[in-house]
Amino acid sequence: MTVAIHADNLTRRFGDLVAVDHISFDIEQGEIFGLLGPNGAGKTTTLSMLSTMLEPTSGTATVMGIDVTKDQDGVRKAIGIVFQDQSLDEELTAWENMDFHGRLYRIPKGTREQRIDELLKLVELFDRRNDIVKTFSGGMRRRLEIARGLLHHPAVLFLDEPTLGLDPQTRNHLWKYIEDLAQEKNITIILTTHYMEEADRLCNRIAIIDHGKIIALDTPAKLKDSIGGDVVTIKSPDTGKIAAAFAVPWINRIETHDGEVILTLQNAEQHLSMIVTRLNDEQIPITSISVHKPTLEDVFLSFTGKTIREEDISRKDAMRMHFRMMRH
Amino acid sequence: MDIVYTIWLRSMKRYVRSKSRIVGSIAMPLFLLVFLGFGLNSVVSTTSLGQQYVMFLVPGMVAMSVLFTSVFSGIQIIWDKQFGFLKETLIAPVSRIEIMFGMTVGGATTAVFQGIILMVLAVLLGLRITNPAGFFIALGFMILVGISFTAFGISIASRMEDMTGFQLIMNFVVFPLFGLSGALFPISSLPGWLEPITLADPLTYGVEGIRYGLTGVSPINPIICAVVIAGFAVAMTLVGAYLFRKVSV
Repeated sequence: MTVAIHADNLTRRFGDLVAVDHISFDIEQGEIFGLLGPNGAGKTTTLSMLSTMLEPTSGTATVMGIDVTKDQDGVRKAIGIVFQDQSLDEELTAWENMDFHGRLYRIPKGTREQRIDELLKLVELFDRRNDIVKTFSGGMRRRLEIARGLLHHPAVLFLDEPTLGLDPQTRNHLWKYIEDLAQEKNITIILTTHYMEEADRLCNRIAIIDHGKIIALDTPAKLKDSIGGDVVTIKSPDTGKIAAAFAVPWINRIETHDGEVILTLQNAEQHLSMIVTRLNDEQIPITSISVHKPTLEDVFLSFTGKTIREEDISRKDAMRMHFRMMRH
Repeated sequence: MDIVYTIWLRSMKRYVRSKSRIVGSIAMPLFLLVFLGFGLNSVVSTTSLGQQYVMFLVPGMVAMSVLFTSVFSGIQIIWDKQFGFLKETLIAPVSRIEIMFGMTVGGATTAVFQGIILMVLAVLLGLRITNPAGFFIALGFMILVGISFTAFGISIASRMEDMTGFQLIMNFVVFPLFGLSGALFPISSLPGWLEPITLADPLTYGVEGIRYGLTGVSPINPIICAVVIAGFAVAMTLVGAYLFRKVSV
């Protein structure tokens, strides 16, 4: 396996805020690699550095063996990128947006036109090729941007929050496109997301990133295995006593978060009646009890002690504070 | 060159599709030409002008449509910033200089088209270009004015985050440049203390150059006009290229 992207102690500061803090990883060719984390965790900043949009404060990175600070144009030719925010010209047609891109990347006319048709068919926009982008839905625009990002046959495709703001149905559709693409074109894809489900479904490996640091990096299956089994969540007004009640060998892990206790164990379904019995014996009131297979959300929770949603909210506040301070 | 052409091509496509903008930006100079031109025609002494006031006004209004269209074309980069399209352009493996040149040429072309439309309308209103070469002289000056002020718009847009400052620039920079340029009245009729200011206004040389082309007379030597406005075009392009190099999105 050859390395497509190599990051070594990559760091970016904005004033006294360390957005990306000495992260290192390797992405292999042909892999779908996910950067998962809450808003403001440093995912987009990492992507910006890898795509030469932003200079690293320190550390190095290479894309297809090309140094991102030494040969920017070399890296730019090797990558395709779909930004978090839309970047189409709404006054132009789908075909013209593609054509503009093809010309910017100096693809000769014949090849350019052939590829545009082929890619527009791939993302099922060929029939709408002569329509102005303004008339397109969010999902169609996203698909067009992905097709555009592939036009110059990049070795690596960057997708920054590819399904942000799309409805669940469109999101599912898009996931299928991305999966098919990875197979059909055999390109390396690096995507950022804060949707657990998205990372789980699409990625071969995931780096969970929080506060600019990688806190876990593995395949989704192994990350979920690291939890130690199924997850039982008990809501109770009296969480204090629960931990003591379940100091038994068949429970792998006990964590308490505001108003709920999370037990991790193998084969939770079979142990459920035992859990309820024990709670009754100890006279601990139960508000609710639920069992589920471990998700990446549980992984995130176990590594950071917070859910990604909580993290999102507090991070937004922190960012707001930070920008307010910067303005003064 | 192919990149300059690509960016230019995009401007042209957007231009021909924005019918409302074409009509909208021609309306102001056209109305001024008609209202001021015919309204003041009999009041203004024709002896000092050597021609009808309305005909005196034509080059000024042509310059005006070129000026406002080009400034606006340049400033439009802010929209590209806000709508994200600039990112797509800047991430491509091409130099910023090529992108900036493409934008400048595109904006200038749009502006010159607007000027030509006004010129044609002026012919319908009675403008007679005595010398066919005069048309091309006027065209040359229009191109230079277009390049200068598109580059000016790009410079401004490179330093602005959103359109909130646009009105400020229009009212306090572009409009004074226009007002002082001799587009509306002969510069000789201004009080003496204002004359140096008028002569420091680069647009004056553009207006007088176009006037020379269209009417055959100009208070400033057309060679001087050409040198000054060409120099200004080069200077603004350099400033624009420098500022655009530092744009981050």
